[in-house]
Amino acid sequence: MEEHPCSLNGVVESAVRLRAAVTLLGRFPALAGVDLDISPGEIVLLKGPNGAGKTTLLRLCAGLCSLASGQGWVLGHDLTEERRMVRRRVALLGHRTGLYDDLTVAENVAFWAQAAGASRQDVDEAMERLSLTGRLADTRVGRLSAGQRRRASIASLVVRRPELWLLDEPHAGLDQQSRDTVDSLVRGAAAAGATVVLATHELERIAVLEPRVVSVVGGMVRTGDGPADSQSPNAPPDAEDDRRVS
Amino acid sequence: MFRDVWLIAGKDLRIELRSRVGLNQIVPFAVTVLVLFAFALDTDQEALRTYAPGLFWVTVLLASLLAIGRSFAVDLADGAADRLLLSGIDPIAVFGGKAAAIAIQLVVLEVLLGAGVVLLFDVTVHRYGLLVCAGLAAAAGVATAGTLYGALVAGLGVRETLLPVLLLPVVAPVLIGATRAFQDAFGVAGAEGWAWLGLLAGFAAIYGVFGALSYGALLEEA
Repeated sequence: MEEHPCSLNGVVESAVRLRAAVTLLGRFPALAGVDLDISPGEIVLLKGPNGAGKTTLLRLCAGLCSLASGQGWVLGHDLTEERRMVRRRVALLGHRTGLYDDLTVAENVAFWAQAAGASRQDVDEAMERLSLTGRLADTRVGRLSAGQRRRASIASLVVRRPELWLLDEPHAGLDQQSRDTVDSLVRGAAAAGATVVLATHELERIAVLEPRVVSVVGGMVRTGDGPADSQSPNAPPDAEDDRRVS
Repeated sequence: MFRDVWLIAGKDLRIELRSRVGLNQIVPFAVTVLVLFAFALDTDQEALRTYAPGLFWVTVLLASLLAIGRSFAVDLADGAADRLLLSGIDPIAVFGGKAAAIAIQLVVLEVLLGAGVVLLFDVTVHRYGLLVCAGLAAAAGVATAGTLYGALVAGLGVRETLLPVLLLPVVAPVLIGATRAFQDAFGVAGAEGWAWLGLLAGFAAIYGVFGALSYGALLEEA
């Protein structure tokens, strides 16, 4: 029997595998032939200028964008044929919170927990972990600050216990406490064995997690020095595509 | 499946109860339309009674556009539509839940407007059973078709103006059937009310099945 493209001896060896992946936004390629491998349990930092294709790459990995050409697998599922299976196993923290303004924090988290089949205990643990207890839990999301909304959004994702975290600018617009919460989330997810792929300009904060850095430029995953590399204060001069931030 | 249908419907209804958009905007809009019709025809009380069923259903359809638009607006406001896709909930359940929530809101609206019609237009109900069944079937038809077309235009920037253009011609059979059934229930015309009720039920069933089967593809494109 033919081996699965992401497996070796029946074990999934790639959390993400993309081959010549092309994704279109309208008529224009947002991703123009991306080859990428991410191992299970790995922390990967997507680095690149605005508009480089980082968000589209994360959405592709979440199964929210379709492949115009090329191939892709996420957690062993084909990105063309099995997107619904992919979606159930990933969490995407994007620029928007995915919350309902007229529901309270507790109602929002409980709704997304029920949608994922999580238990009441999972909800309580997530709320506790994100410091969303007491009066805050019963506050409508529309009345929260940006940082509180972000924490509520993270709590609604934590309850799903995803195997692949996709974080798009997770520190954007947050205060110090909320930034620490995001860092804690990444550490916790990695410690639990989940794969984390994040796009952020806060390279110093993430450096302590020793992520593998992948540069995205012009819809391509770049190797060698390039415009994206030169933006990074942490990038060594001889940096290549796959390397550790030190 | 039914658990997820109720989860979506419960969420949408809770949001509407909490936001009070229905109470503060949709119901006043519908009552205003009804009163304007009364002003336009008030010199002829007999004409008011005769046309009451049609005026009632035109008002319900116009108000339903607001309810349907709102149902999708809350999902699009801060990325919840994407989160619904990622949740793993079967699109059929999302369709069923959203249609159920809209139908329940329309039934409440029909009750309030029905009271308004009795008061303003001086009509008398002769067949309560037909009235209730036609009201429920018409609400189900508008809700299923509205949920389908709401999803179709959800991802477009012009959805507020495009939804009426697409939906109103489609629900014309509901307007005709419900009006005829109500004419019979009010005793203002010799229409075969129960036969028209069959049309309403058939419309709701067809759009219910068609919507459930196609909703997943529509969500992908939205």
